[in-house]
Amino acid sequence: MNTKKKRRLAFAAALLLAGAAVAGVVVYGLGQNTMYFRSPSDVAARMVGEGVAFRLGGLVEKGSVQHGAGANVHFRVTDGKSSVPADFNGVLPALFREGQGVVATGRMDSQGTFVANEVLAKHDEKYMPPEVVDALKRSGRWQEGSR
Amino acid sequence: MIGELGQVSLCFALALSLVMAASGLMGAAAPASVARRVATSSAMGLLVFVALAFGVLTYAFVVSDFSVALVANNSHTLKPLVYKISGVWGNHEGSMLLWVLVLALYAAMVAGLKRGGERLTSAALGVQGLIAAAFLLFILFTSNPFLRLDPTPFEGAGLTPLLQDPGLAMHPPMLYVGYVGLSACFSYAAAALLVREAAIANNWARAARPLILMAWIALTAGIALGSWWAYYELGWGGFWGWDPVENASLMPWLIATALLHSALATEKSGAFRTWSLLLSIAGFSMSLIGTLLVRSGLITSVHAFANDPTRGLFIMVLIFFAVGGALALFAWRAPGLRVGAAFAPVSRETTLLLNNVFLVAACACVFAGTLYPMVLDALGGTKISVGPPYYALTFAPIFLALMVLVPFGPQLAWKRGDLRATLRALYPALGLAAIAAVVVLALVSPRGVAATSAFAVAGWLIGASLIDIRRRKGARASAFAAALAHAGLGITLMGVAGSTAWRSEALTVLAPGQTMTVGPYTLRFDGVTREKGPNYIADRGHFVIMDAGKPGATLLPEHRFFPAEGQDKNDTAIHTTGLRDLYLALGDNRDGGRFAVRAHVFPLAPLIWLGGLVMALGGLLSLWGRLRVREPEAQPAAPAMAQAAE
Repeated sequence: MNTKKKRRLAFAAALLLAGAAVAGVVVYGLGQNTMYFRSPSDVAARMVGEGVAFRLGGLVEKGSVQHGAGANVHFRVTDGKSSVPADFNGVLPALFREGQGVVATGRMDSQGTFVANEVLAKHDEKYMPPEVVDALKRSGRWQEGSR
Repeated sequence: MIGELGQVSLCFALALSLVMAASGLMGAAAPASVARRVATSSAMGLLVFVALAFGVLTYAFVVSDFSVALVANNSHTLKPLVYKISGVWGNHEGSMLLWVLVLALYAAMVAGLKRGGERLTSAALGVQGLIAAAFLLFILFTSNPFLRLDPTPFEGAGLTPLLQDPGLAMHPPMLYVGYVGLSACFSYAAAALLVREAAIANNWARAARPLILMAWIALTAGIALGSWWAYYELGWGGFWGWDPVENASLMPWLIATALLHSALATEKSGAFRTWSLLLSIAGFSMSLIGTLLVRSGLITSVHAFANDPTRGLFIMVLIFFAVGGALALFAWRAPGLRVGAAFAPVSRETTLLLNNVFLVAACACVFAGTLYPMVLDALGGTKISVGPPYYALTFAPIFLALMVLVPFGPQLAWKRGDLRATLRALYPALGLAAIAAVVVLALVSPRGVAATSAFAVAGWLIGASLIDIRRRKGARASAFAAALAHAGLGITLMGVAGSTAWRSEALTVLAPGQTMTVGPYTLRFDGVTREKGPNYIADRGHFVIMDAGKPGATLLPEHRFFPAEGQDKNDTAIHTTGLRDLYLALGDNRDGGRFAVRAHVFPLAPLIWLGGLVMALGGLLSLWGRLRVREPEAQPAAPAMAQAAE
C-alpha cells in the first residue's frame, strides 16, 4: 500500500511539473510570437517600429495598384484618413481589388514602405475582415450597412 | 408552402427532443421501462422530422425556390446540381440544420443499438435529447433556415466560389459526424454518471467505444479533406495555417484521440475510468467551442458565415450549461465509481497514460494560441495574431515526443510489461529510423535537424507498425487497426516534413512561349485561352512540362470569374507523381498577354493526406471488428438487473 501511495505521489508531482513546463513554454511562446494588427492611421502615428512584423489592414486605395518589375506589385492601403505605400512580390489573391478590404503581413522598411510577405483579400463581397471594419470605424469612414 | 412544412417539422422535432430528454432521463431509473420505450420511439421520431426538414431545405435549394431567404442568399439557378445540394450546408442556418440531422442520426443509432443495456442507453438518449432541444431552439430562434422573402427575387445571390468545390462539399458533413459523434460520447459519459448502478455505469466505455471510433474516424477524414482543400484551392500551397478555424477542428481531434486510447484502457483493464469520463466531457466541450469560434463571427474566414452576436451568446450559454452541468455531475457522482485497477510503471496502461498527457498538453497549447488573441481583443481591443512559429515552439515538440512513444504501446502487455523484451522486439524499427535519418542527411539537401528527426521518427513509427503487423499475423482484421493508424501517422509526418523542408518556389511573369524553372522542372507557357464553365468564365493557362527539350504533361491552372457572385477564384493545377507535386497558380493578367505565375514543388506532399486516409482506415478496421463481434458480457447483465428491479 505504501509503495502504491508513493508511486501515486511521484506521478502527481511529475504531472504537475510537466504541466508547469508546458504552461511556461506556452506563455513564452505567446510573448514571442504574436503579431499586432495596425491600421494605416496607426502607422502614420508611428506606432510601428521599422523591421517589426505586423499585420496591416484597410482598403486598397483606388488607382494605386502598379505593377513593377517581375511579379512585384505596388499599392497603397488606406483607412480613409491615412494611407501607407505597400510592396508585394508575389501572386495576389484572386479577390484582391482596388477599393476592397485587404489584410497584409509584413514589415516597414526604412523608406516608410510596407513590405508585405503575405496578402490576404477578404473572402467575398459580403464579409469584410473585422479588423478592417474596426480600422475604418476608428477613422470614421465606416457607415453601418455600407458593405 | 414547402418552406412552412420544414418549419413545422422543426417544431415537431423540438417537441420530440423534449419528450426524449424527459423520458430518457426517467428511464435511467430501473423500473421505468415504459419511459425507455417512449425515449426510443421519440429518438426515431426526431430523426424522421429533422430529416424531413432537411429534405425540404434541400428540395428548396435544388429547385431554386427563392421565396426562401436562405436559398435566395446562397444559391443560383446556374449553379451545378452538386453545389446546389452542398449549398444547403454552405451557410450558417443550413449547416446548423445539418448538425441537428447528424445528432438525430446518432440518437437513433444509440436507441437502435442499445449498447450498454437499456438503462444506460435511456440515460444517454435523455442527454442527447437535451442537446438536440438546445440546438433546435438555437435554430428556430436565431438561425431559421425557412424564413421567407417577399417579394420573391428573380435570381439568387450565389454561393462563394471558394465553396464550390467537391472537397468542400464533403468536408462539413464529415466534420459534423465527428463533432456530433463527440456529443454522443458525452451523452454516454453523462449517462454513466446518472445511472446509479455501478455495474452498469462501469460498462460505459465499452458501450461508447464505437461512437468514439466513429467520431474519431470522421474527424480524421474531415480534417484531412479540409487541409487538402486548403492546399489546392487557396492557391498558396499551404496545407495547414494554424488558422483559428483549423484549430477548432484540431482540438476536438486531439481530445478524441486521447479518449480513444484512454477508453481502450478503461474497457480492457478498468484503468482511467473517471479520466475517460472527463475526457468525454472535454471532447464535446471542444466541439462546442469549435462551433462557437466558427459560428459566432469571432473570427473571419470562409467558415465564418454569421456575424450575429446573439448566436455567439446562445452558444456561449449552451457551453456554460453543458460543460458546467456535466462537470457538476462529475464532481457529484464520479467519486462513487469503482476506482480502476492498478498497473505497473512499465505496462501498456502507462504508455496510454503518457499518450493522454501529451495529447492533452498539445491541445492546451492549441487552445491557448487560439483563444489568447480573442481574449485580448475582448479585454482591451488590442488586435494580435498568433502565427505558426508559436506552434512550432509548443505543439511540434510535444507531438514529436508523443510519436516517439507510440511504438511502445502496442508491444507492452497490459498491467505489467517487459521493457527489455519490448526494446528487443523494436530493434528493427530503431534500425529503420537510423537508416531514414542517414539517408535524409546524406542524400537530400538542404539538411536540417527538423527534417532529419522527423524522418527518423517516421521510420520508427512505420517500422514498429510493420513489426506489430508481423507479430499479429493470423489474428482477426481489427487487431491490425492500431498498427495501421500509427503507420498513417508516420506517413503524414513524412509528407509534412518533406513538403516543408524541401519545397521550392518560383515566381515570375511570363509571356507566351517563355519558360520557367522550378525545382527539377522546366515549364513552357503556351498562352491563355478563354473557357466557359457552367457558371463561370475562366482564363485557362496552358503550361507544358519540358523533359529534356521534349514536351511532356500539360498543366491547366485557371483564373475563374463567377458573374453571378461577382467574384474571382484561382484554380490551381497540380501535377503529381504520387511522391512529388508540381503546383501551379495563375496570377493576374499583366500587359501584352503576360501573366504572373507562381509555381511550387512540394516533395512528398501527397503523403500528408495518404497518411490521414491510412489513419482513418485503421479506425474503420477497429470499428468493423467492434460492430461485428457481439459483446458477450454486457448484453445479458443489464436485462437481468432490470428484471430483478422490476
